[in-house]
Formats: sequence, structure tokens, C-alpha cells
Amino acid sequence: MSDAPETYSASAEVGAVRVRRTRTQRAWIVLRKAPISAWFGLLVVTFYLCVAIFAPFIAPYGEADSSFAAYAPWSDEHWFGTDQIGRDILTRLIYGARNTIGIALATTLLAFVIGGSLGLIAAINRSWLDQLISRAVDVLMAIPSLIFALMLLSIFGSTVWSLIVIIAVLDSTRVFRLTRAVAVNVVVMDYVEAARLRGEGLAWVMRREILPNILPPMVAEFGLRFSFVFLTIAALSFLGVGIQPPTADWGSMVRENASLIQFAQFDLRAAFTPLLPAAAIALLTVAVNFIVDWFLQQTSGLRDDL
Amino acid sequence: MTSDLLLDMRDIRIDGFSDERWHPIIKGVNLQLRRGEVMGLIGESGAGKSTLGKAAMGYTQPGCKLTGGSILFDGMDLAAMSEAQKRPLWGTRIAYVAQSAAASFNPAHRLIEQTVEATNRAGLSPNGNPREDAVELYDALQLPNPSSIGARYPHQVSGGQLQRVMTAMAMSPRPDLIIFDEPTTALDVTTQVEVLASMRKIVEEFNTAAIYITHDLAVVAQMADVIKVLRYGEEVEEAETRKMLTAPEMPYTKSLWSVRGLEKPEETSDDLILEVKGVDAAYGVVKVLHDVSITMPRGKTVAVVGESGSGKSTTARVITGLLPQSGGEVLFNGEPLPPQLKNRSRAQLQKIQMIYQMADTAMNPKQTVGEIIGRPLEFYLGFKGRARDARVSELLQMIELDDSFFDRLPSELSGGQKQRICIARALAAEPELIICDEVTSALDQIVQEGILKLLLRLQKEFNYSYLFITHDIATVKAISDEIVVMLEGKVVEQGLKSDVLEPPYPDYTQLLLSSVPEMDPDWLTNLLDARAG
Repeated sequence: MSDAPETYSASAEVGAVRVRRTRTQRAWIVLRKAPISAWFGLLVVTFYLCVAIFAPFIAPYGEADSSFAAYAPWSDEHWFGTDQIGRDILTRLIYGARNTIGIALATTLLAFVIGGSLGLIAAINRSWLDQLISRAVDVLMAIPSLIFALMLLSIFGSTVWSLIVIIAVLDSTRVFRLTRAVAVNVVVMDYVEAARLRGEGLAWVMRREILPNILPPMVAEFGLRFSFVFLTIAALSFLGVGIQPPTADWGSMVRENASLIQFAQFDLRAAFTPLLPAAAIALLTVAVNFIVDWFLQQTSGLRDDL
Repeated sequence: MTSDLLLDMRDIRIDGFSDERWHPIIKGVNLQLRRGEVMGLIGESGAGKSTLGKAAMGYTQPGCKLTGGSILFDGMDLAAMSEAQKRPLWGTRIAYVAQSAAASFNPAHRLIEQTVEATNRAGLSPNGNPREDAVELYDALQLPNPSSIGARYPHQVSGGQLQRVMTAMAMSPRPDLIIFDEPTTALDVTTQVEVLASMRKIVEEFNTAAIYITHDLAVVAQMADVIKVLRYGEEVEEAETRKMLTAPEMPYTKSLWSVRGLEKPEETSDDLILEVKGVDAAYGVVKVLHDVSITMPRGKTVAVVGESGSGKSTTARVITGLLPQSGGEVLFNGEPLPPQLKNRSRAQLQKIQMIYQMADTAMNPKQTVGEIIGRPLEFYLGFKGRARDARVSELLQMIELDDSFFDRLPSELSGGQKQRICIARALAAEPELIICDEVTSALDQIVQEGILKLLLRLQKEFNYSYLFITHDIATVKAISDEIVVMLEGKVVEQGLKSDVLEPPYPDYTQLLLSSVPEMDPDWLTNLLDARAG
């Protein structure tokens, strides 16, 4: 026989009480078990963020300083040479991190604010409003987004703000769909009904009852969406309608120095120059995806070790 | 005695993985089963009865592992065999009937194909043809149209029928041992009787040994030859059914048995808190309530009983305003309530609170107990900061819990504790009427008793009125003053408990009452005789 009490007591009932741990302890436990790919992703993202934040201190020259010889080869003064109007490539790579990541982050956040709130409202409402928003989103999604973005940018002009708003609106359609899809499963729960019976307003139900319960897929989507926005901005810049000179960004750097590839037969290192910003884009995208994969595996409850 | 021993499990130890480490779930249990014998395994949830039942097949579910003991099935040690060696036994010599038949069938295949699948795979053919045999089994299990029901898909038959088809599937290869894991828990009482009767018949007919896992004592009394009581992964006691029912030895077993003795003296009052007058309601075009009228005296308990689909919960939805009625009216304290939820004032909402069947889904998994109970205090009564926390801890005491629960999340509570927190949340609003929608039916009996006692005590202290929706007559006896019987969206009768529970009954009340299992091993036999005669 066990030493448990023979008679019934409500507070002694067996409940799975977890050991209380502080946030840092929990974070460390999770991190320690993270796979190598997740560690790699975290390191890369941290490195990029440091570079972006401390760009003015790290960069050897000014962002738009064009006082050097054009197309200089790799040397001790210019590690990766200079571009077509004599700007230091390394400096522009460093500043490019700041601009490209900053704009992508702002765009993704805006897309989530728009798509997320509309998605929640549609999921709670489930009436003509849901129909209206959903069909409008369907229409927007039916148009190829890159071409649509090109068209809008040429109408509104390629300022940083119109770039952010246009891409955010186009990407919010996908955020809307995901939010609505996961939120409808939560909306039918009894605790949401209980909140409505209590007389809670829409804002409370959205923010306190539903949002915390759909956070894991939303965070994962944030990572993925960030990668896509980042690639879209790079692609638009490559096409010349994205971030405008003299602001440094990786997409336009690829375009501006693309012709250097032809010099591979004379100077192999020079040919690598346009590939550097492309590699920076690829590395960040891969790193973010590694983190998202790991996060999804953590929160979906799918485990390999059992 | 040992010669016909079919299953001999000795010193079984099973660990489960949670919270980053292994915990013992089964702590050294012995189990012996002879051929043709039916053993009932009972205990609270978490007692390890399902885990032990599955271990009898040599199977542990993911996240569990067998750490010790031997499982001798017909001389073979399942504990030492590889999965590949055990697989030919599963489904053919040892069969398993799960709680939720609906979730266990493949919706894309016809019933008969699934019934004979294991038999065909093993190349067995009792009576020559598995399909013909399956039809005979359907017939033996009293399924309607045994020759054609196999051609249907799982969604085309009812829950009770599906559970019987699953029994036929288990029986098809004529196994030596069947494990029934709470097979009737999800069914209505009236359906449960038929399923129990047919299961018992077929087990007796083929002299199959069975392990019957349930938390319902009255059910196990009908099925089992011997009963084993488990608690915290250990055996409390084992005895022959009649002896166990009449003379249990351990205090824990006695406390389990005492639950059904709870009974409340009925009272009534002329002061009505709620009147439902001729209410009609519909989901879209499907009309679900027809002219429903219910009166509720203040400070008393009105129990609404009926099968699932009888309109009990819909009535509650109309009263709370979730489903506006299409006709009739609801008077609360003499004043009509606006049908639409959004037209009701905060004071009206505050006075009617609801407690749900599934405490799991009724609490936001991301909020702590303090936040859950504190919110109505803040929302209706304007409690803030320390005053709110103090009131929450008062409420925790009222529901017999303590301050250590303040920061817990719902996932860290047991089933009974969760339901108590839901009760505290309803109390926090200082309501007059509390609607309890099957609040005890998802709980173990001993926990049910605790919850019912709590509700009764609170009613005595604070004069709450309860509208108590349930399908369990034992619960009704324990808590109600008046009873409303519902069938197909209509009220069959309403009256004082003593009037409704005593003859003469309307036909439906008779059927409902007689279907509730009693703690008498002969109950099912007598009932079937009576119904046949």
C-alpha cells in the first residue's frame, strides 16, 4: 500500500505539478537540447543582428563614401574591393545588413498586425464580415504578388515607406489565412464562450483568450514570413524598384556588381564579389528556417526521442 | 487452478515519461486471469488501469516503458518478446476494444472489411468463412440487420452500434483474451444497457477471458467475476465480485462504494428565480426545442435529465443567451431576459453563471488559477490588486483548495481540481443562478462525490439556485429538489424528485430510470428478464 491518505481530499488529488523554474532556467534546458542546426541558426542570426545594430562602429568607411577607385580588386585596404563608383564593398555589406533586415522586420511586423487582427476578427465574427474579408484576401492572393508589388511601387514611387506598406499589405493576406485557420479552432473552446458569457469585449477575447493559444504557429509563421519578405525586398531591389541608392542593400548590390562575374577568368576573387551579398541573403534565410523548424518541433509536441 | 491459467502477470512495473524524467506509473502489480474469467479493473483516472490493461497485451504506449516483471500469456513471456514476435498475437489471440469506437475505425472502409481484417491477415477462418461468421457475430451482438450492417461505413451507424461492431471485430478471430477499455463510458445510459448485455452474452458464449477496465462500479458489477481495485499504480484489493460489493476490506474501497449513498432531502419554494415559458429554439432550420417550459424555485436545484440530443444543453444555451429563442420567453426574477446575449446588461450576465462539463476546455490553458478566478472579480465587482488576490484566496478556501494553487496552470491540476476552479470562477461573480452542464460526468466517482458535496454545501451557505443538467440518475438523486425529464426537445415531465422517481412513470422516464446500472451483480440479468417478459 502507498502512504497516500485513505480518504478523499481535494487538494491532495494527483495533479501533474511541474517543478517551478525561472524563465532563464527553462530557456537553458530547452537550448541545451536544441539540435546543432538550431544552434547554427541562432548563432548566425545573432551575428547578423550585432552587425546590423553596430554597423557604424564596425564598418571601416562611410556608407556612401565613394572616394575610392572604382572596381578596385581585393586588398588590405578594401577586403572585398570597391564597386562601380568606388564604394567599399565590405562597408556596404555591413550597412546592407542594417537596411535590409530593418526594413524586412518592419514589413513583417506590419503584415502581422494587419493580417493577425483581421484574421482574429474574422474568426470570432464568422458572419458576413468574415466572408467579406476572406473573399477580398482571395482576390489579392490571386494576383502574383511580385508583379503586383512592381505595379504598385511604380504607381506610388519607390520610397522606403511605400515599400514597407505595399509588401506588408500583400503579405498580410497569408498571415490572415493562417491566423483565421488556427483561431477558429480556439474560438469554439468553452473558455472563449465563458468569456463571451461574462460580457467581455472583442479586444479582451482577442488578446487574452485567443492570442496566447495560437502563438506557437504564429511565431513560426513570423520566421518564415520574415524570410519571404526579405527575399521579396532583395528581389525588388535587384530589379531596381526596391531600396534606392545611396542606401546600401544586398539586393541592389548583387545587381550593381553582377557584371564582375565576367572577370572570373582574370581575377577569380573579383568574380566572387557579387556573390557575397547573395550569400549573405541565403545564409540568413537558411538560418531563420533552421530556427523555425526547431521551434515548430518544440511546440507541436512531435518528439523523436520517445 | 493453475492449469487453466491464461494470463499471469507478476510484479509489473511501468514507468512513464513526463516533465523531463521517468515516473513510476505501475508499481509492482500482480494479475492472474483464468480462461473464461472476466476481471474488472477499477480505479480513479491516473490509477494506471489502462496502462495495466495494455500491458496485458505486452504493449506499452509511447512515453511508457516496462521496467520490470513478467507477462506470461499462455506460457509465453510477452515481456521478453520483441514487437515482431508479439504482433501475430495481437488482434488474433489478444484483442482490444477501445473507449472511443468512433475514433478507432477507419472512416474510409466498410465495417465488415474492418471486422474481418485481423482474421484474414492471420489466415484464420472460424466456421470456414470470416464474413459469414462476422454476420453471425453481429446477430449475436443484437445489431439491427446483421446481414447488411457490415456494408455501411462507420459514420452511418450510431455510437452504441459502432461499439458493438468493434466487439465483433475483437471477437472475430476468437481470441483467448479481450481487453475492454472503458467501452461504454461514452454512451448514453439507455444505449449502455444494450451494449453491456450483448458484450456479456458473447463473452460467455465463447468462454473468452476478458479484462474490463472502467471507473463505473455498477457497470463492472454486471460484467466481472472478480474485481481488482487500483490506486496510484498499486493494487488496493482483489476479490470475487459479490464479496467485493458486500464486504470490501480496505477503507479506500469502502469510500468508493459509499459514493452512491449521497442523497439530499427535497425542498421546494414558491419564490421563482427563473421561468422558461413555452420556448422554441432552432439551429438554423432544424428545430431543437419545442414549447419548453421549466420553473425554478429560488435556492433550490432543478435537475434536467435526458439522453444526449434531448435538448438539455440547448435549453441552457437559450437561458444564457447564446442561442436566442425563436418563440416564448425567459423570465429571470420576474423580468424577461433579452434573447440576445449582447442586449443583456452586465448585471444580468453576472447573476447567471455557467459551469461546463469539460473543465479542460473551459479554462484558458495559458492563464493561471489566480487569473482565471480573478477576472470575474475584476470585471463585475471592480476588485483590483491586493483586494482581488485576497478574495481569490478566500474563494480557493471555499472550494477546499489553498493558496498554493494560485500560480498553477490548468494543465497542472487534476480533473476534480479543474472543476473546482471552474466552480470558483462562477462563484466569484456572486451569481444567483448557476447552470451546471454535466459538471460531474467527466469525473471519477469519488471525485464526483466531492464536487457534489461542495455544491450542496455552497447552496446551503449562499442560497444559490442550480440548474443541473445531467444524464446520471445517481447524481440527480444526490443533488436535486425537482426534476425535469426531456426527450427530443420536449419536456416529458417536471416535478418534485420524489414524484418523478416513483411510479407511476411515463414510458420514457421508466426506460431512463431502469437503464441506470445498480450496484447489484444480478441487476442486468433481472432487467433483461423483466424487459423480455
